[in-house]
Amino acid sequence: MKELIVAVLVLVAGGVLAALLSRWPRLASTVGATTAVAGSTIGAVFAARMLGGQAPARVEIAWNVPAGAIVLGCDAVSAFFLLPVFVLGAIAAVYGRDYLLHEAHGKSLGVPWAAYCVLLASMALVATARHAIAFLVAWELMSLSSWVLVTFEHERAEVRRAGWVYLIAAHVGVAALTAAFLLWGATTGTLLLESTGFALPANARTALLLLALAGFGLKAGLFPLHVWLPEAHAAAPSHVSAVMSGVMVKLGVYGIVRMTMLVGGPPAWFARALLLLGLVTAIYGVVFATHQRDLKRALAYSSVENVGLVVVGVGLAMLGHATGRPTLAVLGAAGALLHVWNHAAMKGLAFLGAGAVVHATGTRDLERLGGLLRRMPVSGALFGLGAVAVAGLPPLNGFVGEWLLYRSLIDGAIGGGAGAPLGFTFAIGALSAVGVLAALAFVRLCSIALLGAPRSPEAAKAHEPTPLMVGSMAVLGLACIAGSVAPGALVRAFGAATVSLAGVAPAMNGDVRAALVPIGVADVILWITCVAGVLVAARVARRARGRGAEQETWGCGYAAPTARMQYTARGFAELATGFLPRRVQPHVEIARPRGLFPARAGFVSRDEDPVTRDVYERVLEGLADRFARLRWLQQGVVHLYVLYVFLAVVAALTWVSMRGWGGP
Amino acid sequence: MSSAVDPVLVLVLLLNFYVVGTSRLHAVINGVALQGAVLGVLALLVHSGSVLSVLVALATILLKGLLMPMMLRRAMREASIRREVEPFIDYVPSLLAVAVATGASFAFARRLPLAPQHVGSLLVPASLATVGTGFLVLATRRKAITQAAGYVVLENGVFVLGVGLLEAMPFLVEVGVLLDLFVAIFVMGIIIYQVNREFASLDTARLSNLKE
Repeated sequence: MKELIVAVLVLVAGGVLAALLSRWPRLASTVGATTAVAGSTIGAVFAARMLGGQAPARVEIAWNVPAGAIVLGCDAVSAFFLLPVFVLGAIAAVYGRDYLLHEAHGKSLGVPWAAYCVLLASMALVATARHAIAFLVAWELMSLSSWVLVTFEHERAEVRRAGWVYLIAAHVGVAALTAAFLLWGATTGTLLLESTGFALPANARTALLLLALAGFGLKAGLFPLHVWLPEAHAAAPSHVSAVMSGVMVKLGVYGIVRMTMLVGGPPAWFARALLLLGLVTAIYGVVFATHQRDLKRALAYSSVENVGLVVVGVGLAMLGHATGRPTLAVLGAAGALLHVWNHAAMKGLAFLGAGAVVHATGTRDLERLGGLLRRMPVSGALFGLGAVAVAGLPPLNGFVGEWLLYRSLIDGAIGGGAGAPLGFTFAIGALSAVGVLAALAFVRLCSIALLGAPRSPEAAKAHEPTPLMVGSMAVLGLACIAGSVAPGALVRAFGAATVSLAGVAPAMNGDVRAALVPIGVADVILWITCVAGVLVAARVARRARGRGAEQETWGCGYAAPTARMQYTARGFAELATGFLPRRVQPHVEIARPRGLFPARAGFVSRDEDPVTRDVYERVLEGLADRFARLRWLQQGVVHLYVLYVFLAVVAALTWVSMRGWGGP
Repeated sequence: MSSAVDPVLVLVLLLNFYVVGTSRLHAVINGVALQGAVLGVLALLVHSGSVLSVLVALATILLKGLLMPMMLRRAMREASIRREVEPFIDYVPSLLAVAVATGASFAFARRLPLAPQHVGSLLVPASLATVGTGFLVLATRRKAITQAAGYVVLENGVFVLGVGLLEAMPFLVEVGVLLDLFVAIFVMGIIIYQVNREFASLDTARLSNLKE
């Protein structure tokens, strides 16, 4: 446990140092990134050792806060979530050093780096805190430090808006969590977040699970609580988006898992609810990933989808646990956990790739990109690799986790009682639809951004980013490839976490690995085929060079083709949005050409989230109208405000003294 | 706990009345300063001379008894404030209100589930009455400088409670001392000087221009 505390202290110290050095941006960045890497390395070694089969560790530190204590503990589940925090955190820090320097435009970089280091430290504490107060403090620090990073470009109005949305969402979430922990404390008599063996009353258990689902689901981005996610991920600097999407939202999943472990195992209804919620989230996320105009918003919606898939796996594991079907449980658990790690690598890579695009062109607008693969071949290819992985296509690692989910669902359909096959079959269908749409979404992103001709002068002048940035992307790319050829090794690495999530005998983990062997072999064969194919194609191209005539892409025989003749990103998205219900379709305004000599024509489309537009904004506007009636209280006189406070204190004191003080 | 505690607390209560009842700003500041210094003595008496209590006492006397009144007087001089209190509610009704608050505090303290060594002591009621007085000064006095004084009185009330808990919960007392610094820097530095510069007046009632 000491290593973890050292890691956290190194991170915090580095953050403070970076903040002190904020007058020298280059130095502050180097110091911030270096300490982030150093602290993360210490933490990663610790997490790997804990996963490697060490007995759960626990440490208590006295903390002079009423009812508070710092109790840290690390079991297999904590270590499982801890490891990607540190690994991705370190890689993204290396990338972010050059990225932030480029995006700074004279801004101070000390505070962003301090926030980054604190973000990593607080995520580590969230994954290991075993006391409600310490957990809430770490959780709040995590939200606030990531908020500081999200609002890095606060001079832009849409970034400020994203910051507001994120801040409000984070605090609504923490309110639900506070209620959950107070309830936990009131029913069990302790604020320690450790299973007490205390039999919770059924009502309290239900309320705890629902509150945790609301609070943690908000962080995880479960439908319909996902609305902050695309805004914040698009606004944040890209390496921060990678960390938020790759690991921070997963801590929401961790919270749900931890809470169900605390209340003594999941009831079957909760598992079914998670399964359904995960499917809805996945479908919703992927549908919106197919038609965003903003590259990073599309990736963020894809994160919503992937968290949905993870939650499907968690739901399957819990369902298997609750109904006594170990195969279902262990396959679902392994699928969910494998997808957590894989998604950290591949979505990290995709966001860093999007960052390379922003770095090179200064825009995330797909309608202004194009032809980037030719101008930035290495980072473009790495982005493409990440995209293939996130799309869940073999031979990359995204496919493996999804395959385990399919296996789990099929097992559920075959082995269940009467009526069960129908539900599972439906789920398999939904999962397939998600896979198809994800493939479509990433084919669109890659073909619009990387292929074709540049749609703007900025895209035409694109260039490779710095070696540090390319290098950190390459490391993630290698991780994706490794995850695809050796999934069995990964599953063995976190076997203890799978076993405790699924609540099965440790030997069951061997079955999962056996089930994965053919996938690993098939991936190796596919990789060999791919590499051989590329080599052959390169050879053919070299032979053919100088023989045929080179034509403009999309030239179609025109003498002077323009880049505007290509498919637009919007046009490509029509493939997916065409069949959507009208309410969730992107908002479109068309001025059609009229008459024989049409003078003006126009087309505007806006990608708003329909849940934000039709639910939250309406409800909040209604509330704001109601509250406007209380404006007379707001007189702007300080003395009156003090009087309000005084009256509230008097009222509270009177109330308690009338009511008596009850128990101790 | 020494038997001299209760007389000292009575002095604190009497100073409440003095702060509310006087019409001269200098007298208000002197009253607040004296109350702060008395609190330092109180910390010594309650814990009969442990190292921690000596430190707290010294810090309190320095901060509340010397530094804060010095800054308040300096602010008066530099902003050339008129030397009257200018209350919203006149002195006699204010005094009556403090009397009611003190009485209510005693009545309320009796209903509190206190630790046995605090039952019958004036510690808790004096604390509540001082907090109430602070609120009263904050709510009914017009000038920024009296606002600062009112805040200090309120904080003194919190401090009285904290002194009783000094060894059980030193963290709270430390936070209380930090709060003093907060008053010194925030209220004095920002509010008084800025208000004076922006509005050419230190009448906080005019701050209502700032509301949305």
